[in-house]
Amino acid sequence: MGMTIAEKILARASGKSKVEPGEYVIGKIDLAMVHDLTGPLTLNVLKEVGYDRPWDREKIVIILDHQVPANSTVTASLHQQLREYSNKYGIKFHDVGRQGVCHQILAENYVKPGMLVVGADSHTCTLGALGAFATGIGSTEMASVFLTGELWFRVPETIRFELKGKLKQGVSAKDIILYIIGKMGVDGALYCATEFTGDGVERLSVDSRLTICNMAIEMGGKTGIVNPDAKTLEYTKYTESREILRSDSDAVYRSTIEVNLEDLVPQVALPHSVDNVKPVSEVEGLEADQVFIGSCTNGRLEDLEAAAKILHGRKVKDGTRLIVIPASPSVYIEAERRGYIKTFIEAGGVVCNPNCGPCLGGHMGILADGEVCVSTSNRNFIGRMGSPKSKVYLVSPETAAATAVEGKLTDPLKYLRGRE
Amino acid sequence: MIRGRVWKFGDDVDTDVIIPAKYLRSVDKSVWPKHVLEGLDPSFSSKVKPGDIIVAGKNFGCGSSREQAVLAIKWAGISAVVAESFARIFFRNGINNGLPLIECRGISEVVNEGDIIEIDLEKGVVHTKHGVLKTAPLPPFLQDILKIGGLVEYYKKKVSINLG
Repeated sequence: MGMTIAEKILARASGKSKVEPGEYVIGKIDLAMVHDLTGPLTLNVLKEVGYDRPWDREKIVIILDHQVPANSTVTASLHQQLREYSNKYGIKFHDVGRQGVCHQILAENYVKPGMLVVGADSHTCTLGALGAFATGIGSTEMASVFLTGELWFRVPETIRFELKGKLKQGVSAKDIILYIIGKMGVDGALYCATEFTGDGVERLSVDSRLTICNMAIEMGGKTGIVNPDAKTLEYTKYTESREILRSDSDAVYRSTIEVNLEDLVPQVALPHSVDNVKPVSEVEGLEADQVFIGSCTNGRLEDLEAAAKILHGRKVKDGTRLIVIPASPSVYIEAERRGYIKTFIEAGGVVCNPNCGPCLGGHMGILADGEVCVSTSNRNFIGRMGSPKSKVYLVSPETAAATAVEGKLTDPLKYLRGRE
Repeated sequence: MIRGRVWKFGDDVDTDVIIPAKYLRSVDKSVWPKHVLEGLDPSFSSKVKPGDIIVAGKNFGCGSSREQAVLAIKWAGISAVVAESFARIFFRNGINNGLPLIECRGISEVVNEGDIIEIDLEKGVVHTKHGVLKTAPLPPFLQDILKIGGLVEYYKKKVSINLG
């Protein structure tokens, strides 16, 4: 009987030839990441333990992304704490100027297929899109990783999503994953790995695959994962001799769910739960005070391109605020080179430096009582983006851009006709 | 044995309602318990007493990896959380910080707010007014971490052995 890619990576990392779901293993970590909200807690734990030398400085990355540049003296001192620790041990540190959404920084620079990656951030599952086993952990156990380079894992069962066919114009990766979460529920994949396969995935760009894996956690998944192919190897500049791991054809899955992409229409997750998903057409007309395009879900070049196509030569509706945040410096540079940044500013939007922005209510676009934000981010919990009396609707970059133009939730299709 | 008064919550209690991100920057231990669960009940922190127990539905602690959610609950004096199921990262964070999290199917149907329940971690059972419920077993090495008070205590011991 074969193994899934998730099982194979955990087996290799724990020095075993075979593992089975339910088994507990100790895995050797290839890459560990903390950011400015979770990293200070990890350092406090190390202080309390009384020993802070990392097991391998090459395998740790520290990234400022949640509130950067610092927005208060408290944040500034947290940044300072991380900066000093990184300097002390020569750890890779993405300080102001090299900062960006941590998962995008990791995808662009550090993650390779087959790695076992842990991050003190729940959306670390994003990186499974590159054929790694990547999962979020807490700050205290990250301290244990810093000290030992190892961590315990329960080998998860895998749910396979077989994506078939081609997306229609105006429909993108975010619509796929919102649709799936709507069907699965917020705990539908609890403790499970979620593997995305099929010709529908093969056709998707790496940017799109990152969007899909990013939201595996929103249905309780331990990781999202895509078997590496030529696109993955090119994206990750893979030159290592280590065997590339993929699921066996006779691997055992908890279940296989087919999703037909041909029939899919733009989707929206309504407050206050990510599985409260409907076609955009059923909620059209809802007025938006703010539109946010960015985050670890949709702050990549492909996302900004999709939004710019709609916003080019148009204006953001009076009374609606558009905030665009590229996920990394390289996304920002390329978007600028291609003219997208100019498009957003000319349309009446504001473009902020790479960071998490308003996604979790920390910085750059926090909502007041009663306000509505139509957002490309990944969570719409009560108070997520600021006031507990505000509301967040989750959509694709295409839908967000069309919404910015109309000032109310809008199906993007009519803005795309004749623009392909 | 853990014995305490029950506060009840529903399904899918997420980490943003347990402790909103705006408080995460604080390193002052007293801030988080003051705002615990304020997204669902703004007066909760003033009502909760040391030793109380939270009983909830499925997927408790879903959302972000913020460990502050566990610490807010623990430092508010809550002695344990019993739920139909837990989100994965929250569960790991609970064990690592020495907060007993007990997965117990059927608990939210038989227990009411204000009830007194008793949890026997070793035997894996919860005593309620309406009978005894079995809990999901914890593997022995996780029970050890919980018993010693969490991962920090575990490593303190390890470091003192290695360095001593």
